[in-house]
Amino acid sequence: MKKKTPKPLKKGFSRRRFLRGAGLTAAGTVIAGSGMLGLKAQQLPEEKSPGAGVLNLSMHVNGRLRQMSVEARTTLADALRNELQLTGTKVGCNRGACAACTVWIDGIPTLSCMTLAVEVGERKVTTIEGLARHGKLHPVQQAFIDHDATQCGFCTSGMLLTTAHLLAQNSGPSAEEVKAATSGNFCRCGTHPKVITATLDAAAKM
Amino acid sequence: MPHGIPDYNLATVEREVPATEPPAWEVNDKLKVVGKRIKRTDALAKVTGTAVFTADVQLPGMLYGKMFRAGIPHAKIKSIDVSAAQNYPGVFAVHVLEEMIEGANPKSGEKSSRYPDIKYAGQPIAGLAAVSADVAEEAIRLIKVEYEALDFVVDLDEARKPGAPVVFATDVDQEASDGGEDIEQGLKSSGNVRGPSTRSFYGGPRGDLEKGFAEAELIIERTYRTQVQTHCPLETHGVVVDYNQGDVTVFASTQSTKNTRNDFAKAFGLPKSRVRVISEYTGGGFGAKHALGNFGVMAGHLSKISGRPVKLMLDRKEEHISAGNRPNSVQFMKLGAKKDGMLTALKQLSYGTAGVGLGAGVGRIAQAMYDCPNFKTGQYDVFTNAGPGAAFRAPGNVQGAFALEQLIDELAVELDMDPLALREKIDKSMIRKVERERGARRFGWTHKKAGSDKGPVKKGIGVAQAHWPRIVNLDSTVEVRVMRDGAVEVRSAVQDIGTGTKTVLAQVVAEELGLQTEDVTVLIGDTLFPIGPSSGGSIVTGAITPAARNAAYKMKQKLFELAAEKLETDAGNILLEAGTFALKNDAEKKISFKDLLRRMRVEQLTETASRSDDYGGFMVGTIGHGELGSVQFAEVSVDTETGFVQVERMVAAHSCGRPINIGQIESQINGGIIMGIAYALYEDRVIDKSTGHQLNPNIDQYKMPFSFEVPDIQIELIEDYGGRSSTDASGIGEPANIATAPAVANAIYNAIGVRIYDLPITPAKIIAALNNAKNKNDE
Repeated sequence: MKKKTPKPLKKGFSRRRFLRGAGLTAAGTVIAGSGMLGLKAQQLPEEKSPGAGVLNLSMHVNGRLRQMSVEARTTLADALRNELQLTGTKVGCNRGACAACTVWIDGIPTLSCMTLAVEVGERKVTTIEGLARHGKLHPVQQAFIDHDATQCGFCTSGMLLTTAHLLAQNSGPSAEEVKAATSGNFCRCGTHPKVITATLDAAAKM
Repeated sequence: MPHGIPDYNLATVEREVPATEPPAWEVNDKLKVVGKRIKRTDALAKVTGTAVFTADVQLPGMLYGKMFRAGIPHAKIKSIDVSAAQNYPGVFAVHVLEEMIEGANPKSGEKSSRYPDIKYAGQPIAGLAAVSADVAEEAIRLIKVEYEALDFVVDLDEARKPGAPVVFATDVDQEASDGGEDIEQGLKSSGNVRGPSTRSFYGGPRGDLEKGFAEAELIIERTYRTQVQTHCPLETHGVVVDYNQGDVTVFASTQSTKNTRNDFAKAFGLPKSRVRVISEYTGGGFGAKHALGNFGVMAGHLSKISGRPVKLMLDRKEEHISAGNRPNSVQFMKLGAKKDGMLTALKQLSYGTAGVGLGAGVGRIAQAMYDCPNFKTGQYDVFTNAGPGAAFRAPGNVQGAFALEQLIDELAVELDMDPLALREKIDKSMIRKVERERGARRFGWTHKKAGSDKGPVKKGIGVAQAHWPRIVNLDSTVEVRVMRDGAVEVRSAVQDIGTGTKTVLAQVVAEELGLQTEDVTVLIGDTLFPIGPSSGGSIVTGAITPAARNAAYKMKQKLFELAAEKLETDAGNILLEAGTFALKNDAEKKISFKDLLRRMRVEQLTETASRSDDYGGFMVGTIGHGELGSVQFAEVSVDTETGFVQVERMVAAHSCGRPINIGQIESQINGGIIMGIAYALYEDRVIDKSTGHQLNPNIDQYKMPFSFEVPDIQIELIEDYGGRSSTDASGIGEPANIATAPAVANAIYNAIGVRIYDLPITPAKIIAALNNAKNKNDE
C-alpha cells in the first residue's frame, strides 16, 4: 500500500516509469511491423506484452463498482479522468511532487499519478466527487467555501482530500498540524493561510 | 462622488458623468453587497470537483497532441523525418512548424531555411495527434531531426561579452503582451545586447544627473542581481481545438480569451468571428498565459489535418522551459542624497535576459516611486539561448523594487535613520503615507539596529514599498440580461483565472439591481459574449466592473419603465430596494423584481455597456502618485550557523481603489506575498551552461513555497476613492507581489548586519556573506 509521505516523493526512478518504458519498447517492435495504420490503442493485439495490451478492470470508486479498460501502464489518475470522466482529480506534475492528484485508497491519501490503475485491486477509491455524502458537503468543503480557501481551484481537490483525512484522524488539529498535513500540497495561488483557517473551522464544527 | 481615504482625507468631488451611467455610489460602508466578504460564486464547483478546466475537457473523437522539441540549444535544422511517426498506429496527424509566434522576431528575413532556426533547448519543431497521450508520446520519439549545431550562450554575463555566440543576427522587435513590461520598439542590437530603453509613460530622463550627484552629500553605488523565475501555474498551458472546417472552437487555459481568439484567427487566416474561445476555469496564469502560443497553433493544425478535436496540454517540463519566465537582471544603481535624506540624483543601468524574447526592463519603479529631481535610466535586453520570457506578476517592477528598496534601506543605514522615517520624507504618495502609518501600527514597528540580536538565531525586521500604475482597458464590455423566469445574467468574454472576476461581476450587478449575489448568474470566459480585457496588469476589476454596473443601470431604467406601466405611474416615482419596485410616496403600491420579470411581454431583455473614459480624465505619469501602492513589513529569523531563513510574519498595507470583495482581495495579497517570499528565498531556474538544458524543470527541484514556508500574514486594506468610474475599483494581483522580496531582504540584513545582493537568498549565500564579513573584520 502506498502511503502519502508529508514531503513529495523524490526518487528518480519509479515503478511506473519502468513499466511505461517497457510498454513502449514492446509496442514499438510489435506494432511497427504489423503496419496497422489508424488502429486505436484499445484495439491493439493483447497477447504480445504485459505493457501493451488492454485490461478490463473493475474498481470500487466512490461507492460504486466501475468497469474500465486500461493498459497496465495506465495510472490511476488517468484511469479516473479519462475512463470514468472523474476529472475533479487533477494532474499538476505527473511525478508525485504537487499532490493535486490526491485520492483516497481505503481512506488513505494516495498520489494517483504515482499509482497504476492495476495496483488498486479490491481496495476502495474515493475521489473529490465522492467526498460529499448524500448530497451534503463534507465540513471541509463547506469551510473552504466560507473562508475563500480556493483561488484558481486546481489544487483544491488535493487539499480537500488531505485535510478531510487529517480531520478523520485528528478531530482537533492545531494550525501546525494542518500545515504538516498539507505540506506536500503545492498551491501556486497561495491559498495556504485560508486552507489552514478553513480546516480549523471545519474541525470546530464537526 | 467620494474622493480620498476614509479617516484621513475623505471629501466629495464633482465629476462629469455620461448620461447613460449611474450616479456615484457612496463609500462601501453604505453599500449592501459591494465591499463585503461575499463567497466566491464558483467555490461550490471547485470544492466538488465539477469545475471543468481546459485540462478536463473531453470531446467525442478527441485526439491527444504532443510536441517534438529541440534537444540542443542552438542549431540550424538540416532535415526532419516524420515518416515513422506518421505511420505509427494510432497517429492521425503530424505537423511541422514553419514559424515561431513566441519571443522576439527578426525585422528582416533572417530565415535561411524552411524551418525556423533552433534558438533554445526545448523549442518546438513538430507535433502529432494520436488516440491517447501514451501513443502520442511513443510516436513523438520516432521523429528524427538532423541538426547543424551552433555555439550557444545561456548566461546573462557571458552573453554580453564581445565574441559571445549571437542569438539573433539582426535587429528584432516584439509586441508587448497585455500587462507586460513595455517594450520600446525599434531599438538597435549590438551582439546580444539590445537598447538601451530610456523612456516610459512616466517620461524620459529628468533633471541633470551630474548636477544632482555634485549636490549630493552622500553617494551610494551598488549592484543588485535577480534570478529567472518561472510562473508554474498548477494547470499548465494548453488548449483543446476543434477546427471543424474553419468554424473553430478553442478551449484554452488562458488569461485572455480575446488574444487567444485573435492569435488563432491570424495564424489560420480566419475571420475572428469564426473562432470561438472558451475558458470557464483557468488554473492560474500569473502573466504567462496571454497568447495562443506555438502549442496552440500546433493543436490547430493537428485538428485541421485530422478532422478531429485535439487536446494539447504542456507537461510540467515543457511549462518550465518554453511557457514563459520572469527575466533575470543585473542592476547598477547610483544614488545621491543630502544628509537629511532628500534624494538629489538616481541613476539606473540594467541588463536582463528574457531568453529569446524581449521584456527584461526593470519596470521604472526607480523612476516613479520617490521624489528625486535628477533621474536617468538605461535598460538593456540581452538575448540568450533560453525560452522566451513573459509578463510575470508586476513585470519589471518586482526586479526593480528589489534593487531600489534595498538601496533606500542602505541610505537609511548610512544616515542612521529609521528606514520608515526616511521614506516618509522622500515619498510624496498620500496612499503610501497612510499605508506606512497603518502598517507600522499593525506590525508594531520600532527601528532596530542591524545585527543586534545575541545568539546564533537572529531576528530582523524590514520594510519595503511598491508602486504599480492604475491601468484600464476601455475595450471592456458586459451584457446584462433578465429573463421571464426571474434569471439575471451577466455575460462577458472576460475570464476568471482564480482572481474572482465572476464574483465581483455578480456583486456589482446585484448592488445596482437591489439583489443578492446569488440572484445573479455570471457567464464569462467565452468570446461569443462581448469582449472583455485580458487578465493582466491588474486591469480587470477596474475595467470590467464599471461596464457591468453601467449595463445593469441601463437595465434598471428599462425595468423602471416596465414597473411604471404596471403600477400606473411615472418611472421617476419608483424606487427599487431589496428586490422590490415600489412607489416613492406609497410603499404599498409595489411589485417584486421577480413578478415584474414574470410579467414581461418578451422572454428576455438585454442591455450592453462598455467601460468609458475615466471620469475627470486619465491620470498617468505623475511621479510618486503611487495609486496602487503598497507597504509591506517583514519579520524574519536567520540561523547564522546554517544560513536558514524563516519568514515569521508579514504585514501588508494595500489599496485598490474601492475594494469590491474583501475575502478575494485578501486571498490575492496572500498569494502575492507567498510568491514574493519564494522569489526572495527559493525559486531559481538553473540552466546548465555546458548543455543549455534546464536542470530543474519540475516542482520538486525548482523549489517553491509549500505550507511550511508560509508565514503569518496580516493585511491592512485601505479604501482609496478616486471618483474615476462607476465602481471606482482597481485590481490588486500585481501590487501584492512587488514589495515582498525587498522587505524580506531588508529584514535579513537587519537580522545579521550583512547584506545579500543577489536572489535567491539561499543559506549558502548567507553563510558565505557572514564568512566574508568575519574575514574582513579579522583583517
